[in-house]
Amino acid sequence: MAAVTAVAGAGRRRRTAALRWSVLVLLGAFFLLPLLAMLDFSTKGPGGGRTLTAWREIGRDTELLRAIAASLELSVLTAVLMLVLLVPTMTWVHLRLPRVRRLIEALCLLPLVIPAIVLVVGIASLYSWVTYYLGDSPLTLTFVYVVLVLPYAYRAVESGLSAVDLKTLSEAARSLGASWTTVFLRVVLPNVRSAVLSAGLLSVALVLGEFTIASLLNFQTLQVGIALTGKRDAGLSIAVSLAALVLAFVLLLLVSLFAGRRRGARAVEPLQTVPPAAAAPAVSG
Amino acid sequence: MTVLPRPARRLGLAVALVAALTASACGNAPSRSSSTSSSGAGAGAATATSAAALGGMEALIAAAKKEGALNVIALPPDWTNYGEVISTFEKQYGIKVTSAQPDGSSQDEINAANQLKGTDRAPDVFDLSSPVAIANVDLFAPYQVTTFADVRADLKEPSGKYVSDYGGFMSIGYDAGKVPAPTSVADLLKPEYKGKVALNGDPTQAGAAFNGVVMAALGSGGSADDISKGVDFFSQLKKAGNFLPVDPSPATIASGQTPVVFDWDYTNAAQTAKLAGNVDWKVVVPSGAVVGSYYVQAINKDAPHPAAARLWQEFLYSDTGQNLWLKGFGRPVRAEAMQKAGTIDKAAFDKLPPVSGTPVFLTEAQSAAANTYLKANWAKAVS
Amino acid sequence: MRAGSGTAAPVRRGLGRLAADHLAVLPFLAFVAVFLLWPTLTVIGGAFSADDGGLTLSNLTGIFRSPYRESFVRSIQLSAITAVVGAVLGAALAWAVVAGRPDGLLRRVVTSAAGVMAQFGGVTLAFAFLATVGFEGLVTVFLRDRGVNLFAGGAWIFELPGLVLVYSYFQIPLMVIVFLPALDGLRPQWREASESLGGTGWTYLRLVAGPLLAPAFLGSLLLLFANAFSAYATAAALISQGATIVPLQIRALQTGEVILGQQGLGKALGLGMVVVVAVVMTLYALLQRRTSRWLR
Repeated sequence: MAAVTAVAGAGRRRRTAALRWSVLVLLGAFFLLPLLAMLDFSTKGPGGGRTLTAWREIGRDTELLRAIAASLELSVLTAVLMLVLLVPTMTWVHLRLPRVRRLIEALCLLPLVIPAIVLVVGIASLYSWVTYYLGDSPLTLTFVYVVLVLPYAYRAVESGLSAVDLKTLSEAARSLGASWTTVFLRVVLPNVRSAVLSAGLLSVALVLGEFTIASLLNFQTLQVGIALTGKRDAGLSIAVSLAALVLAFVLLLLVSLFAGRRRGARAVEPLQTVPPAAAAPAVSG
Repeated sequence: MTVLPRPARRLGLAVALVAALTASACGNAPSRSSSTSSSGAGAGAATATSAAALGGMEALIAAAKKEGALNVIALPPDWTNYGEVISTFEKQYGIKVTSAQPDGSSQDEINAANQLKGTDRAPDVFDLSSPVAIANVDLFAPYQVTTFADVRADLKEPSGKYVSDYGGFMSIGYDAGKVPAPTSVADLLKPEYKGKVALNGDPTQAGAAFNGVVMAALGSGGSADDISKGVDFFSQLKKAGNFLPVDPSPATIASGQTPVVFDWDYTNAAQTAKLAGNVDWKVVVPSGAVVGSYYVQAINKDAPHPAAARLWQEFLYSDTGQNLWLKGFGRPVRAEAMQKAGTIDKAAFDKLPPVSGTPVFLTEAQSAAANTYLKANWAKAVS
Repeated sequence: MRAGSGTAAPVRRGLGRLAADHLAVLPFLAFVAVFLLWPTLTVIGGAFSADDGGLTLSNLTGIFRSPYRESFVRSIQLSAITAVVGAVLGAALAWAVVAGRPDGLLRRVVTSAAGVMAQFGGVTLAFAFLATVGFEGLVTVFLRDRGVNLFAGGAWIFELPGLVLVYSYFQIPLMVIVFLPALDGLRPQWREASESLGGTGWTYLRLVAGPLLAPAFLGSLLLLFANAFSAYATAAALISQGATIVPLQIRALQTGEVILGQQGLGKALGLGMVVVVAVVMTLYALLQRRTSRWLR
């Protein structure tokens, strides 16, 4: 009886494996096709040949380079501001104000319900004040980007904070005479490092992919730059798009490999690029 | 869902109250006064109505060079040779020109002016279609260039708030290698043009698109007073599956995305020249549906670089500027005067695309009426 | 809930101390009030404002008239179709991936790729789409050389069918990301238990995995719906003119000239979008609670 089920089991496993691989191959092809098409388009030369002019142009187009620089700076600023605002607040709420937790959670998840296109309609007049006081740089987008990132970052940091018994640790530290700052910097932060990193990466990914708000508020970021370039030089814009996609993928993959290996023996899910339960409206899509 | 505990609710209420109070406060920020230069020349330039008022051309040039920068908007390099116009101006006066949103529409220019009011990025000068200019006269500063008298009276606002700059006729550009030659507007409804016809912009926002609809109206039995037939034409075009909701640009024409384009004869002709050898781009102005129109120049009342803005106007209406536009197949507004004076670029003039038939030019009243009709009906027609 | 506050000694209950505690969260709350609540209230308030400053319902009735009504219908159609397509194909892909090792290379590659595609939609996707099935796209030319005209029926890529196809490119990856943890929660022991009781694979699916995964699947489907409904960048980059779906209508109203009587219309459309997304997300949250019970 056992032998029969074993053979049946092996047959089933083979069928399952075949099915698995066919799904992977089919969907893999579906997703790789546009990337291939982008590669083909951006290397099209006159008369059917191949050329790298569009790719070389990336380094020469000053407007585009400025937009890329602005986006990179924005992503760092957003991540930093978000972490500075969110992590101390959430830690404090965990440790001292558990009753406010629900409110914080509601506020952090609220941006999920306000699509970016609606947010920008409401924020246009506010931004005339922001640029009035802070000047006219794309970096002022940091504030609204932090709002966009809140739901994802909240979930990441929340799962990190809940995974550790903060109360006991902080009480122990306090009873040994540590100030709240020391508790935060030397007890809490080291324990939520991966959650913080995850939240930071999410911010970077989101900011680099954001188009809606930047375009309707008339700022030149990476995506807006690509869209504008697309109107006058299709090859260049596709080359930049492909480069951005591939770079982002490589970056995420490296981080996921690196983070996974650091965990070592612990059988924990590798660094999640998007927290599971609340990966809601992809803001840039 | 559990109700928020009391302290949190109170806190939440407080937060919402703060937000509501700030939301009910006034809308936009006060516009920062744009006179960053406290020097007399800067302040004078912002209200100067002519070069003479500033002390002559030399004084104007000096003031503009002191400002050192100029913001222009919605000037594609291939549009009546603006690329060369900008670079010639930069070389001649050493003033850095920042060209924003080259593919923007006339409405985009006004939006930018409103949104960026008081900042250094606000556009200094505009190149607009008449309906948009007429609707936004309050944003412009009156200025009369030295050659102001050369422009016909019906082609300018008397105090110089907006002045026609170059004109052309509406045309159909098409890729002769991909589609059969259309002889009339109605031809484009045929199945050979499925998914191939594009209009350069939204007619409620862009001048080229606006006049494209007028041409369609003339070609479908309408008139300058009644463009409803034009809107109906595009509605039929959409239903037939021939209409592309894509803004054509040199990139889309070169890549074959938009094989048939409603656009000015000068832009289409520029593409013919540019793509010779790659794409057989031909231009036709359908007889019986000849629509002509001029664009207008205007100076932003709150321009961040008022002297440079005025110098730019002087440059554009000088023989150099007008001939550069002519080189880009535009018909400069001073053509008659320049022909009389013998300063026109004869070779370029002879290269202008031919036009047969009586052209129709919309009056201000007709433009305004057409604009109103479009705003009420365009979205419905093509959605 | 009460247990957590057990550490508070009687001394700390002093009002001053309580206020000081709350002060620490003030920066965050102030930030959220200014940059999230104010715009939201602006939109909600604006939807009800008339040009002269009074209150009116004309904006809200306006959005139920053509052409806005058709845009809402198309938006909902688009979101529903891409939600189902994304959910089914995404679940299949997630299943194909989860069978491997948890930190195997395949899984990492797929999750990283899914992360990129889910967030990087928008402009890059629209251009990739045009490079593939645009008029001179790779696939179009390939088929044309074999005598098949992809666009015989008109320019479908700029209408609903095209939008469905391009939206799938970020819906499927999003499904993979959201559904993978649910699949992870299925213990292999349950499968073995079902088999040891004589059940086939189909029985397992129907009686064990199915009911367990159903709330997660439905929840993810709702999430995909909300995602597609809110999406703007891809459609905006693809369709330069016209307003096929609601976000594009809002764009047209934002960039067009301000017409009397239409000032509140954009905000009313925004309010409509918020209502739809809020309803969907509430259902999603309710389903999440059911899911988390079993698959922790």
